Amino acid sequence: MPEGSQPRVPDIVFYSSRSENTLRFVGGLGLPAARIPISPKDAMPAIARPYVLICPTYADGMGQGAVPKQVIRFLNAPTRRARIVGVIASGNRNFGATYALAGRIIATKCNVPLLYRFELAGTPTDIARTRAGLETLGRELCSTEI
Amino acid sequence: MKDMQDIRIPRAINWNRLQDDKDLEVWNRLTVNFWLPEKVPLSNDIPSWATLSAEEQQLTIRVFTGLTLLDTIQNTVGAPSLMPDAVTPHEEAVLTNIAFMEAVHARSYSSIFSTLCSTKEVDEAFRWSEENPHLQAKAKAILETYAPGNDPLKRKIASVFLESFLFYSGFYLPMYWSSRAKLTNTADLIRLIIRDEAVHGYYIGYKFQRGKERLPEGEQQALKDYAFSLLFELYGIECQYTEELYDGIGLSEEVKTFLHYNANKALQNLGFEALFPPEVSEVNPAILAALSPDSENHDFFSGSGSSYVIGKAVATEDEDWDF
Ligand SMILES: Cc1cc2nc3c(=O)[nH]c(=O)nc-3n(C[C@H](O)[C@H](O)[C@H](O)COP(=O)(O)O)c2cc1C
Ligand SMILES: [Fe+2]
Ligand SMILES: [Fe+2]
Repeated sequence: MPEGSQPRVPDIVFYSSRSENTLRFVGGLGLPAARIPISPKDAMPAIARPYVLICPTYADGMGQGAVPKQVIRFLNAPTRRARIVGVIASGNRNFGATYALAGRIIATKCNVPLLYRFELAGTPTDIARTRAGLETLGRELCSTEI
Repeated sequence: MKDMQDIRIPRAINWNRLQDDKDLEVWNRLTVNFWLPEKVPLSNDIPSWATLSAEEQQLTIRVFTGLTLLDTIQNTVGAPSLMPDAVTPHEEAVLTNIAFMEAVHARSYSSIFSTLCSTKEVDEAFRWSEENPHLQAKAKAILETYAPGNDPLKRKIASVFLESFLFYSGFYLPMYWSSRAKLTNTADLIRLIIRDEAVHGYYIGYKFQRGKERLPEGEQQALKDYAFSLLFELYGIECQYTEELYDGIGLSEEVKTFLHYNANKALQNLGFEALFPPEVSEVNPAILAALSPDSENHDFFSGSGSSYVIGKAVATEDEDWDF
């Protein structure tokens, strides 16, 4: 990183279905973000830098299928998978034991930390914590030179 | 045969031609969620029930009769009233599933009663619920909105408020007992109801948003105003209901925080922003943990001073990277 420049927060890549809770959360962050398309016919976002993935949970009762299909397709490409540095998962606590389960699954699969969890479109507290966390993460990534 | 012409024959439903993918997604989730109260070993709670004071037992039975009323309303009036408004045939089918599960919910409180309580106590509590002005007031406010001829989108607002907000003054109590290792099987059953309600609130809120987005700006604003004023009305009733039930065991303020948290989530189900600020809606972590047991996880952003460690991403080249 050139001397004096601001440490940049990692890029954000997210998925949000037509209920658009995650889209609203990402809007609240006010940071540039690329959306994984809902339709498998549309092109996946191009990945040039390290990124954090924000992903809602869509499990069945047994916890199967928690990660949306389009997110699996996105991560299936080794070049895209190589640049993920962490995952933020969403859901609804009322789903009980599978609350935000997509986060745990992606973290294990990609061997990255589960950075944060939030419900639905998040609260102002969730947004503030996520912004602060992403800044800290940006600094740590600079010093570890990923 | 001339009468035949007046009868509307529905088109046979084709699940292979969807207008809205959410219908199938939600249908699938609801059908795998199916359960019956007989699956939960409620009788294991008998020793625990005996440790509650007479006042705590009465409170618990009253709370469950209140919940029974709300599920009865959803079963017999709420979900059926949404059916004629369905935009797709698949939505109508989903609503029949929802209506039936409401009957299972309403029935399951009686399973708890027959396992833990005497007939006399239960009859008394049902009488209490019929006479309680706050409970009757919230039922009335919702039923007015469900009435035939009313705006279909207002009906959806009322339904989401009932399922994502009004239940929670009652759901609080079994979560509270569970956080103290009491009535844990009853809590397991209630969590099944809470999980169903999460899907109902999500789906009806989603359909509300689809319907609303087709309207001109002015009508959208009017619906939003309606939603917030109905929420204020219901909130006022809920606070009184909460105080009447929980003042005796000193939990009213904690329950109100839980109400704020759930009101915000109900609004988000409808696609609106939250109303109550974080200071008054941060729920006791023990109650949050009771809602989603076994899901606890230490995460980086809320942890104190935990440092970021990244593993080397496994360089698998699999075409089909299985989850
Ligand atoms: C069919 C279905 C299944 C769901 N399953 C879970 C779940 O297992 N765990 C969870 O935490 N949330 C679950 N959710 C809730 C969603 O993750 C939550 O509503 C999220 O905000 C949706 O994000 P989106 O609107 O951006 O698509 C489910 C929602 C639906 C509709
Ligand atoms: Fe119900
Ligand atoms: Fe319901």
